[in-house]
Amino acid sequence: MIATPLLPPRVVVYEGAGATPLPSGDRAGIFASLLDRGYAVTRAGTGAADQLAGGAMIVIGCFPEGPPAVADASGQCEVAVRDVTGLSVGETIAVVEEARGTRRMNRPPDAAAAANGPVANTVDTWKPWFPVIDTARCTNCMQCLSFCLFDVYGVAGDQTLRVENPSNCKVNCPACSRVCPEVAIMFPKYHAGPIDGGPVADADVHREKMKVDISALLGGDIYAKLRERSADAKSRFSKERSADQALAERRRCLTKLADAAQIPREVLDALPSPEEIQRRVEAAAARAAAAKEAASGGSA
Amino acid sequence: MSESNTPNTTPTAVAADAVRILYCRCAYAQVVPPAVKDAVLAGLADAGRGFEMVPDLCEMAARRDPHLAELARGTGPLRIAACWPRAVQGLFVLADAPLPQQGVEILNMRTDTAETVLAGMLAAPEGSAS
Repeated sequence: MIATPLLPPRVVVYEGAGATPLPSGDRAGIFASLLDRGYAVTRAGTGAADQLAGGAMIVIGCFPEGPPAVADASGQCEVAVRDVTGLSVGETIAVVEEARGTRRMNRPPDAAAAANGPVANTVDTWKPWFPVIDTARCTNCMQCLSFCLFDVYGVAGDQTLRVENPSNCKVNCPACSRVCPEVAIMFPKYHAGPIDGGPVADADVHREKMKVDISALLGGDIYAKLRERSADAKSRFSKERSADQALAERRRCLTKLADAAQIPREVLDALPSPEEIQRRVEAAAARAAAAKEAASGGSA
Repeated sequence: MSESNTPNTTPTAVAADAVRILYCRCAYAQVVPPAVKDAVLAGLADAGRGFEMVPDLCEMAARRDPHLAELARGTGPLRIAACWPRAVQGLFVLADAPLPQQGVEILNMRTDTAETVLAGMLAAPEGSAS
């Protein structure tokens, strides 16, 4: 469910036989500009990858005799070759963008916002924010699967936990990492450890075990609390007939929950109805229970 | 690349003992100090050897980009300039491309200096004559 499932084109910067080197002052700038626009880049030569995997490839270089004709013998890769002799960094990037054509790709929001013209209509701006499992720590207790309302987690064929739908995750929400008793859930783009993937200290494990049951922290089942708060807000709404007041009340009521689990307010505001929450909780719990049962059956 | 002036589509075949280099730009977040990632990229660019650069390992892992599987199963040692090793290893697992237990070195641009990362990335492989 990634917005852009297609492989973005890879750019190969060629400075080998038959080409002259890029100006040394421009080389790193070209690399950085391409990367910041979402392109994977290969500087051809020893130390790079072994081979290419399908998709599209744009080869750039300074070719004194003009760009060579290139064809992929396997037929799995579209190849375009462009001569960038004498071009500035910006002009080189423009050449690559032109060669990409209408092929869609994901791109960091800042770079996407700077795009204009036809390019702007061919980029998505999904921020890659999602949980990453430390399999060395995860015990497959499935608490995170039970907790998440957005179907981010799933169960692999071997009944182990799996991040199934990364793009379902709510950007900047690390809440599920707070329910993991083993500190096994990382968000690599989080600002601090150990959630960012940094070392896990004994104190971290102790702290997480202390609050493994966030429901206890909040004085009851977390989803029951959500349902209660939401029902209260709905009740007030029905009496007060004011959507603004109801929303303000909902926000106020959820402050404690948001602070405790570091859940962004917009995520709480976007929660579904209490009935839908109940349905999702039951579905997730059933999946977790089935996975655990299957795993215990398999190991028996 | 071949010795002719015609690039083939597998331009980066390497000797079995060559160290492969992967640089992650972490382009979708500001968690890696820009000065460090820029300096590491400049150092690699000036090193005169081939290497791989990706805009963001997280984004590629979420797409389960087959390029990650190529990197994980490729021949020869692999050095990765990115962030915390635990996170990088988890991303490759998420992409169904777990890194091998041996021969992979992950350098952390979140915490280390550019000089430290570059020294690790460009060091001669273990057992080499140089």
